[in-house]
Amino acid sequence: MELILSLGIGVLTGSGVWLLLRPRTFQVIVGLSLLSYAVNLFIFSTGGLRTGAPPILEDGRAGTLAMHADPVPQALVLTAIVIGFATTALFLVVLLAARGLTGTDHVDGKESGR
Amino acid sequence: MPDALPLLIALLLPFAGAVAAGLLPTHARNAAAWLAGGVALVGLAMVWAAYPTVSAGGVLRLSAAWMPSLGLEFSLRMDGFAWLFAGLVFGVGVLVVVYARYYMAAEDPVPRFFAFLLAFMGSMAGVVLSGNLVQLAFFWELTSLFSFLLIGYWHHTAAARDGARMALTVTATGGLCLFAGVLILGHIVGSYDLDAVLAAGDVVRAHPLYLPALVLILLGALTKSAQFPFHFWLPHAMAAPTPVSAYLHSATLVKAGIFLMARLWPVLAGTEAWFWIVGSAGLATLLLGAYIAIFQHDLKGLLAYSTISHLGLITLLLGLNSELAMVAAIFHVINHATFKASLFMAAGIIDHETGTRDIRRLSGLNRFMPFTARLALIAAGAMAGVPLLNGFLSKEMFFAEALSAKDPLPVFFDVLPVAAMVASAFSVAYSLRFIHGTFFGPDPVDLPHKPHEPPAWMRFPVEVLVLACIVIGILPAATVGPYLDMAARAALGAATPEYSLAVWHGFNLPLVMSMAAFAAGLILYRLLQSHLAKGIEGPPLIRSLEGRRMFERTMVFLSWRLARTAEGVLGTRRLQPQLRLVVTAAVLAAGWTVWSRGVGPGNLAPSGIDPVLALIWLLGAACALGAAWQAKFHRLAALILLGGTGLVVCVTFVWFSAPDLALTQLLVEVVTTILLLLGLRWLPKRMDSPGSRGSEAVTLTRRLRDLGIAAAAGAGMAGLAFGVMTRFPPELLARHFLELAYSEGGGTNVVNVILVDFRGFDTMGEIAVLGVVAMTAYALLRRFRPAADSVDVPEQQRDQSAFDASRPDRKDGDTVADWLFIPSLIARLLFPVILLVALFLLLRGHDLPGGGFAAGLTVAIAMILQYMFGGTQWVETRLRVLPMRWMGIGLLLAAGTGLGAWAAGRPFLTSHFAYSQIPVLGKIPVASALLFDIGVFALVVGATILVLIALARQSLRGHRAAAPRPPEAPAVPGPVPPPLGKTAVGQIAVGDD
Repeated sequence: MELILSLGIGVLTGSGVWLLLRPRTFQVIVGLSLLSYAVNLFIFSTGGLRTGAPPILEDGRAGTLAMHADPVPQALVLTAIVIGFATTALFLVVLLAARGLTGTDHVDGKESGR
Repeated sequence: MPDALPLLIALLLPFAGAVAAGLLPTHARNAAAWLAGGVALVGLAMVWAAYPTVSAGGVLRLSAAWMPSLGLEFSLRMDGFAWLFAGLVFGVGVLVVVYARYYMAAEDPVPRFFAFLLAFMGSMAGVVLSGNLVQLAFFWELTSLFSFLLIGYWHHTAAARDGARMALTVTATGGLCLFAGVLILGHIVGSYDLDAVLAAGDVVRAHPLYLPALVLILLGALTKSAQFPFHFWLPHAMAAPTPVSAYLHSATLVKAGIFLMARLWPVLAGTEAWFWIVGSAGLATLLLGAYIAIFQHDLKGLLAYSTISHLGLITLLLGLNSELAMVAAIFHVINHATFKASLFMAAGIIDHETGTRDIRRLSGLNRFMPFTARLALIAAGAMAGVPLLNGFLSKEMFFAEALSAKDPLPVFFDVLPVAAMVASAFSVAYSLRFIHGTFFGPDPVDLPHKPHEPPAWMRFPVEVLVLACIVIGILPAATVGPYLDMAARAALGAATPEYSLAVWHGFNLPLVMSMAAFAAGLILYRLLQSHLAKGIEGPPLIRSLEGRRMFERTMVFLSWRLARTAEGVLGTRRLQPQLRLVVTAAVLAAGWTVWSRGVGPGNLAPSGIDPVLALIWLLGAACALGAAWQAKFHRLAALILLGGTGLVVCVTFVWFSAPDLALTQLLVEVVTTILLLLGLRWLPKRMDSPGSRGSEAVTLTRRLRDLGIAAAAGAGMAGLAFGVMTRFPPELLARHFLELAYSEGGGTNVVNVILVDFRGFDTMGEIAVLGVVAMTAYALLRRFRPAADSVDVPEQQRDQSAFDASRPDRKDGDTVADWLFIPSLIARLLFPVILLVALFLLLRGHDLPGGGFAAGLTVAIAMILQYMFGGTQWVETRLRVLPMRWMGIGLLLAAGTGLGAWAAGRPFLTSHFAYSQIPVLGKIPVASALLFDIGVFALVVGATILVLIALARQSLRGHRAAAPRPPEAPAVPGPVPPPLGKTAVGQIAVGDD
């Protein structure tokens, strides 16, 4: 399982970085989204991969790590997902405004001279 | 200690007064003047109150812990030497305030002037009263700062701005050098305390770091005191109002450098390095300043160069390494302050009453303002060194010192008396020019105002100062004697020499030199008459030697050319190289760490491979690669593939025991997809590459390189993730949270308890960020102007409209309504259901998967579904969402919950919980954390809806394109309602404010 997930993270990172280096703003926004998936999964995976052990306590009892997955990376990733949405929205609006101002969707605001 | 209290008052009162004056109304001229005068008088009284202690040889001290960990304390210290300077600061301060009251015009914002002046006064008091070198450097920089504000007071004139900036640049740079020097000095001594430093003179002079410390400290002092080659800022500072010049350039700012050199004289002086640096700077300044002063046509310019010259004289005296010269220097500080302040004020009076300061235009004012003329005559006599005036006494001392100087080089020994005489002759010449050019000769013609005597109170400060010149000049030992003696003893300690303050020392060599200088000065002025009458700007012979031009060239080089070159070499405006660099650096840094440390095996055996998950991830990876491949030419396809990857991530969360994450991810996925879909409409149509740009080979190389970087990053992350997953740390933070989630947080969903309780403050920050982002996006969209090629209604809408228009039985927009009939019905029916689900998620969040984030996103989705299928107008005629209000309520609720804990005497955001039995619903937890979660919920609803709707509304606006339109824009009306004109989107869309 660890192997699958790490390979998956690798593919997402690679695709994200590739898009990040492309010249069009839409490519970059998709690239950032892919990269944030990869990073979220990576942070999540630092808590270890557990199946059938959600960090939901049985009523009235203190939990242990033997019974539950690590909740800390999950809490971190949960906020990261929401913030990720916010930055994507902001980036989208900025890229639309930049496209309106410059007339191009190139990341530098002008078509490359090459 | 109570007897040191005056020190604290003297230091703090001016700053308090500055704040008070700054708060006065703009035209409260008299109130501000009374305030400033009162503060200066109290300061003077405080200095006077310290006299009994100080005159007995005592030292007043006051210290308080400041940064004990660094061995620094805030400390005030007043001995006789500091007393003298503090007396000058406040004494001349009182007179300048009185003068300024009458000098400043009614239309100037006078309270601001007095606020700056008081703050400057406080800074000067801080410099002279500091008992700690770091603190001294701090106040030193404050004086630079406030002198900048004072010089630039008339900031509407370019001269004031330039002069202020130049003064700040030079003196603040010097201040930084001083700070560095002081740090070295403190390092040598082992303490920054002034007493400790003063006691460690031998250690300092023998230390290998002595020279760097000396050079740095002197850079500070010489820039401040306008010594050659840093003298050029002072004449440009004359753009300041005259009271400022009278204050800054006679008694205070420029004397700070002198003060510092004299203060540290016992520590730093006595070496050849000191003699050569200080002595030669002083000598050059003395001669150069006096020479240039003769050829100034501006009264204040003349006084400015004369000030430079006199400061050079004092510096030269300090540089002679002789105790007697040091006494002469202190004496001349007092004398120069009195006659120069009065002369500046006289020049200001002339300017004020005639409208000009140009000697070429002024003439014969003696007949119009006889009283002022006599005052100026006496003060100028003191400046020239006429007997029975105070300037004569210190000049005699200077001559005596010049004759007896024990120099390292015999040549200097011969040169010095000659130089002293030449400079003295120059000073006679420029004093004559000041008096003769202004007050004598024929009546002036064509002056801006008809000259007359100033108001009595405006002349009063001049009278006081001129009286001091005379009294000190005639009875030196009886008047200034005790104070000078006290200051000299405090500065020199046991090394204080015997000296005599008398008007008549017999017929000796210095007196002969004086007389020769007078004669030479008279002759020189006579000879120069014809040259001066031509009115040529600038002194002959050295006109090209202009400090200002060099300064400007340096500034242009540093701030413009060098910066441009550096930007050209090191910077880029292009994003791609930057990102490439960042990613490559990250990959290399991570790779280097692994390479240098090596990697051992993990302590956790990898679990077996589940074929279902493997298949799902095969799909996920394919989607990601597909999105990467298609993002350029097929944006919609890329977006769909991106969503596919998101779903795989979502499944992964479910798989590995993270139901909350899965839920949130799913909802965010929906919202993000809608968001990007809305954005697609404004992006340009992409044709297949025209292939005109660059050669195939270059493009291929670039792509291969990026592919390499991407592959390396991907492989690195995969390896890193695998490494992390196969290791299990011995101790985890999680144990703590898992154990306490229920007993202290009152919830069983540990992730939610962490978010709203244990780490509630983080969450509050996060929702604040979310709100700020949403408002930023909203603000950007209010002014949104699409590119020219995106303004027109999309092709599909045009086709639909054309179809509707061609059928008589159809209205515009019918087609789209028909198409969306069933989805919109479903959406309407689902609306209450989705809201109920959201409520459910919100309420159970503390115990089971759900919570404020998930519930908020759910409500946002419910809303956006209505917008999508019902159309914007349909929704907004039936429902008013006020996203801003949602956000505000959310933030207030979250913050209020936190503050509620304060009311109960607990730390911010401490949660309280209880379970209560409610009929029908059963037992539900009533935790204050729920209230917090509702705040999160409300903010998420507001922020999400704000962004989505603002973006969606763009399609309804009548846009003005940013770029020129193409010539033939087809104007086919769309099925959407008619454009809304120039109305900003948000005003209708969200109807909030």
